[in-house]
Amino acid sequence: MSYEVVIGLEVHLQLNTKTKAFCGCSTEFGKEPNSQVCPVCLGFPGSLPVFNRAVLDSAIKVALSLNCKIQEYTKFDRKNYFYPDLPKNYQISQYDLPLSNNGYLDIDIEGITKRIGITRVHMEEDAGKLIHQEDGTLVDFNRTGIPLLEIVSEPDISSPLEAHEYLSTLKNIIQYLDVSDCDMEKGSLRCDANISLRKKGVKTFGTKAELKNMNSFKGVKDALTYEIERQSALLDSGEIIIQETRLWDPKTSKTVPMRTKEGAKDYRYFPEPDLPPFIIKEDKINEIRRSIPELPKEKIVRFVKDYGLSEYDAKIIVSNKRDAQFAEECFKAYTNTDKKALVNWFIGPLLSEANNRNLTLANLNIPTKDLLELVSFVERDEISHLCAKSVLTEMIDSRKSASIIIKEKNLIQISDTSALKSILEEVIKENPKSVADYKAGKANALMFLVGQLMRKSKGKANPKTVQELLKERLESA
Amino acid sequence: MELNKLTAHELIQKLNSKEITAKDIFSALDNRIKEIDHKVKAYVRAEKDTNSTEATGIPVSIKDNISTNGYRTECCSKILEGFIPPYDATVIKKIKESGHSFLGLKLNMDEFAFGSSTENSFFGPTHNPWDLSCVPGGSSGGSAAAVAADEAIWAIGSDTGGSIRQPASFCGVVGLKPTYGRVSRFGLIAFASSLDQIGPLTKDVHDSALLSNIISGYDSNDSTSINTTVPDYTKSLINDVKGIKVGIPKEYFVEGLDPEVKSSLQEAIETLKKLGAQFKEISLPHTEYAVPVYYIIATAEASSNLARFDAVQYGFRADSANLIDMYKKTRSQGFGDEAKRRILLGTFALSHGYYDAYYLRALKVRTLIKRDFDNVFKDFDCIITPTSPTAAFKIGEKTDDPLKMYLSDIYTISANLAGIPAISLPCGLTKRGLPVGLQILSKHFNEELLLRVAYTYEQNTQWHKNKPKL
Amino acid sequence: MSIDKKIVEDVAHLARIELKDTESAKLSGQLEHILGFIDKLSKLNTDNIPATSHILPINNVLREDQPKESLPIEKTLLNAPNKQRNFFVVPKVLE
Repeated sequence: MSYEVVIGLEVHLQLNTKTKAFCGCSTEFGKEPNSQVCPVCLGFPGSLPVFNRAVLDSAIKVALSLNCKIQEYTKFDRKNYFYPDLPKNYQISQYDLPLSNNGYLDIDIEGITKRIGITRVHMEEDAGKLIHQEDGTLVDFNRTGIPLLEIVSEPDISSPLEAHEYLSTLKNIIQYLDVSDCDMEKGSLRCDANISLRKKGVKTFGTKAELKNMNSFKGVKDALTYEIERQSALLDSGEIIIQETRLWDPKTSKTVPMRTKEGAKDYRYFPEPDLPPFIIKEDKINEIRRSIPELPKEKIVRFVKDYGLSEYDAKIIVSNKRDAQFAEECFKAYTNTDKKALVNWFIGPLLSEANNRNLTLANLNIPTKDLLELVSFVERDEISHLCAKSVLTEMIDSRKSASIIIKEKNLIQISDTSALKSILEEVIKENPKSVADYKAGKANALMFLVGQLMRKSKGKANPKTVQELLKERLESA
Repeated sequence: MELNKLTAHELIQKLNSKEITAKDIFSALDNRIKEIDHKVKAYVRAEKDTNSTEATGIPVSIKDNISTNGYRTECCSKILEGFIPPYDATVIKKIKESGHSFLGLKLNMDEFAFGSSTENSFFGPTHNPWDLSCVPGGSSGGSAAAVAADEAIWAIGSDTGGSIRQPASFCGVVGLKPTYGRVSRFGLIAFASSLDQIGPLTKDVHDSALLSNIISGYDSNDSTSINTTVPDYTKSLINDVKGIKVGIPKEYFVEGLDPEVKSSLQEAIETLKKLGAQFKEISLPHTEYAVPVYYIIATAEASSNLARFDAVQYGFRADSANLIDMYKKTRSQGFGDEAKRRILLGTFALSHGYYDAYYLRALKVRTLIKRDFDNVFKDFDCIITPTSPTAAFKIGEKTDDPLKMYLSDIYTISANLAGIPAISLPCGLTKRGLPVGLQILSKHFNEELLLRVAYTYEQNTQWHKNKPKL
Repeated sequence: MSIDKKIVEDVAHLARIELKDTESAKLSGQLEHILGFIDKLSKLNTDNIPATSHILPINNVLREDQPKESLPIEKTLLNAPNKQRNFFVVPKVLE
C-alpha cells in the first residue's frame, strides 16, 4: 500500500555572532577544550545571563526572511532537564511566547513551487560537547551558551526529496543573510525530523517517529527514505507504529530506537526570572528588514530578467552567495548590453572548471577583469573559443592573466589574409582530391581543407577566416 | 575602648584622623571572635583569614552565599563543600572599590538561605547572642548575630522572604532589604531569582545608610539591575517625621502576634506619633495569601536554580556507578532536609499538570499582593508592622513542623513579592530580654524615606545602644 | 491535594534526588500538609489577573557583541571533582 508521507523538520542553527548569547566569551570554533568559558556560561553559582543584542538582530532577520510574524512581546523561559553538557541543568530557551511564528518557505520541486509553513523561529542557547570513553565521559563547555535559532516547520513536507530541497533552500537564504556558517559537518546546522504516514485521504495524523543524528542533507534524505519503508512495512502488516525517538545510523543505513532511562520528559518550563522580557517595536523590525540583502528568490528572478539567464542556470549560480556576487560583478563590468556571451562563459566553461576541481565559481579566484579580458580576446577574434577554453584552464592553474598566457604561448590567431596565403596555396597543392571533391559539391571537403590549414598553422590560423579564404580561393580558381 | 564595639561611622572618623589603623580593627574583631564565637557560632569554617594583611578601611563580614574570589563560598551546604569561586560578586567589588575589605571568614546561614532560624546550616546552628538557647533567626542568622555580638562591625546578608529583616529583629540590629534591582545579584548564589536581594545588617541606621551607598547601583552583569542613580543615603539621616503618613495594616495585628511584640509596636507607634507622624489603619487584603504564594514561587525558582548542583564541575561528588547514580546520590547526600523539601515542592509546582493550578496561579496572586501596596502608597508614605510575630524562639522549637516555620515569615514575605524596600530596627525587649523588631515598608526606590523614619525613631530611643551580655 | 508516595517518587526523579522509603513517606506527609495550606489560593478568583514574572517594568536589557576575556583554564577546573587534561570527567552516560 502506498501511504501519504507527513514530515516536519526542526532545524537548529548556530548564529555567527562574535560572542555567546548570554556572556562575552568568544564563539570561535575549534579552540582548546574549556578555553572559551566564564562563570556565566559555565553556570557557576551566582552567575547571571545578559543577552547579546546581535543575537536578537540576527534572529529577527532570519524570521523576516522566512516571512514570519515578529511578536511584539517575547521572553525567555527555562527548559529544565539534567544532562552533563548542560551546566545549569536548564537551558535558556523560548516556550510560549517565541520571537516569531506563522511564516513560510517556498521550495522548488521540479519546476513547481510548494509552500512549506514555518511554525516558529525562536532563540535559545547551545549545550556543551561530550566525548564518550570507555571509563567515563569527557565534557567540554566551549559550546555552551553559543546562540541558536530553532526553526520549526509545519508538517507540510511530503517526501525526502522535499525535505532535502527545504534544507538547501533554507541554507541558501541563511548564507545570504550571513548569520551562520550553516555547516552540518561543523555542527552549525543541525536537523531533526518528525515523520508519520497515513492512508491517502485521511485527515488525522499517524503516529510519528522523531529522527535524530542525521549529519548531512543526504543523511536526512536517506533516513527519511528508510523510515518510510520501515513504517510502511509495519502498517502493511497491521502493526502499530510506536511513538519514539530513533537515531540514524549511517553505517548500517537504518534508524534504531534510542534507548533512554529518562522516563517521560517534563521540562517544567517557566519564565526566565533573570532576563526581563523584550518589546519589539515596528521601527526596529523595519530597520532590520531594510538590512536584509536581496535574497536568492529575488536574485534568481532578477538574473533571468537582467542578464538573460535561464531559471535553471540562474538557480545554480545563485545557490552560492559568493558565486552570485562574482557573476554579478562580471556581468555589470561587461560593457555589452547583451550579456549572453558572458553568461555562456559562466554556465559553460567556468562551471565546468569549477565542477572538475570541486570548487565553487568564486573559489576559482579569477579576477573579474581577467575574465573579461579573456572574453574580449575571443570577441576580437584574436583567439578561437576552443583556444580560449584552454587559456582559461591555464589562467586558473598559473594565476596568470589571459594576455600574459596568450603572449607567452603565442596564441594570437593569424587572421591576416596575406599571412595565410602561402599556407593556403600549399594546402591546395597538397590536397588535389579534396579540392576536386569540393568543386564537385561535397561540402565536407571544405572542412577537411580547413582542418589541414589549421594543422599547418599549428592551430593559430583563425578558422573563420581560413574557411572564407578557402571558399573564395576555390571558387575563383 | 574595644574597637569592635563601635559602629562603622565611628571607626571611619577614627581612621580618618589616623587615631587607628585598619589592622587595629581587624585585630579587635579577631580577638572578639576568638573570645566568643565558640558560643555564638556566627562564623563558619575555622579557616584562618589571610585578608588581614590586605586590611583597608572597615572589614565587612559576608554571608556564605556571596561569592568571594579565592575564598570558599559554600552556602553552608555539604553539596558545595570546598567551592572556591573564581570571581567576586559585584557587591564585593564595590566594597573593595570603596576602600573597605572583608573578613575571609564567612557568616553562617540556613543552607542555600532556606530557613528562618539558621538551624538548617550544614555547620550547625548559630546561637542568639541575647540568649544562646535561642535561634538568631534566618537565613542570615550568622550576619545578625555577629553584628549584635560585636564580632562584626557591619555585615551583608541576603533577603528572599525576610532573611535579613527577621534575624535583624531577633538579634536587635538594623537590617535593610533594598528595592528589588537596587543592589546587584551578580555573585549572590541564587535562591529565588525574582525575590533575592543583598542588603546590610548594621548596628545602627547611619551604618545602614553608609553600607547601602557602597553596595547599591546599576550592574551591567545583572539584567534585573535598575539603571538609575543611587542617592546619597546618608542625606536621609534626618531626625524629623512631621507630617509623614504611616499606614498600619489591620491584617498584621491578628491572632498569632505575640502580645509582647504587639505592645512594643504600639509603644513605638506612640513615640512616632509624638514626633509628628500621622497614623491610620489600612488594609492589605491579600496578606493571608502571601505565604502560600511565596512558597510556590520561591521554591519553584529554587528548584531550578539548585539543579546546577550535580557534582559535574564543583562541589561534593558521591561515589556512584553511573551518571544518574551520581546525580541522585550527590543530591540526596549533599542537600539537607529543608533543601530537599523545597526542591521537591518547587519541582511539583512546575510540573506538568500542576503548573497552572500552582505556579501560574501564584504569579497572578502576586500581582494582587503588589496592587495592595500600590494602592496604599498612593496615600501613605510608609507602612509600619512588626517584623516577626514573635521574638526569637528556642533552638529546636519549630524544626518538626516546616509549616510552622514558614508562617514565621508572614510579615516579611510580602515586601519581597512586591519588590518594595523594607527595614527592620530594634524597638523593644521582651520580659525574657529578647529583642523585638519594628519593620517599615515603602514604595519602590524609596529607601530614603525608610532611613529617615528609622533614623528618627532610633535617635529618639535607646534600643540601638543595648548590647547582649556575653 | 493528596500527595501519595508515587507522586513524591516521580517528582524526586525529576529533581534527581534519591529518597529512602522512610524519607518518601515522611516527605509525602509534609508536602501534603504544606500543599493543603497552599490550596487556599484556589479560593481566589484570578480570572483576568495578569501574572507577575518580573516585578520591575524593565524591558530590552541587551549588551554589545564584544568579546570579553574568558576564564583561565586553571580557574575553570579548580573545583572539578574529576578532571582529565582540559576536560571535566563524569561517569559514563548510559544510553
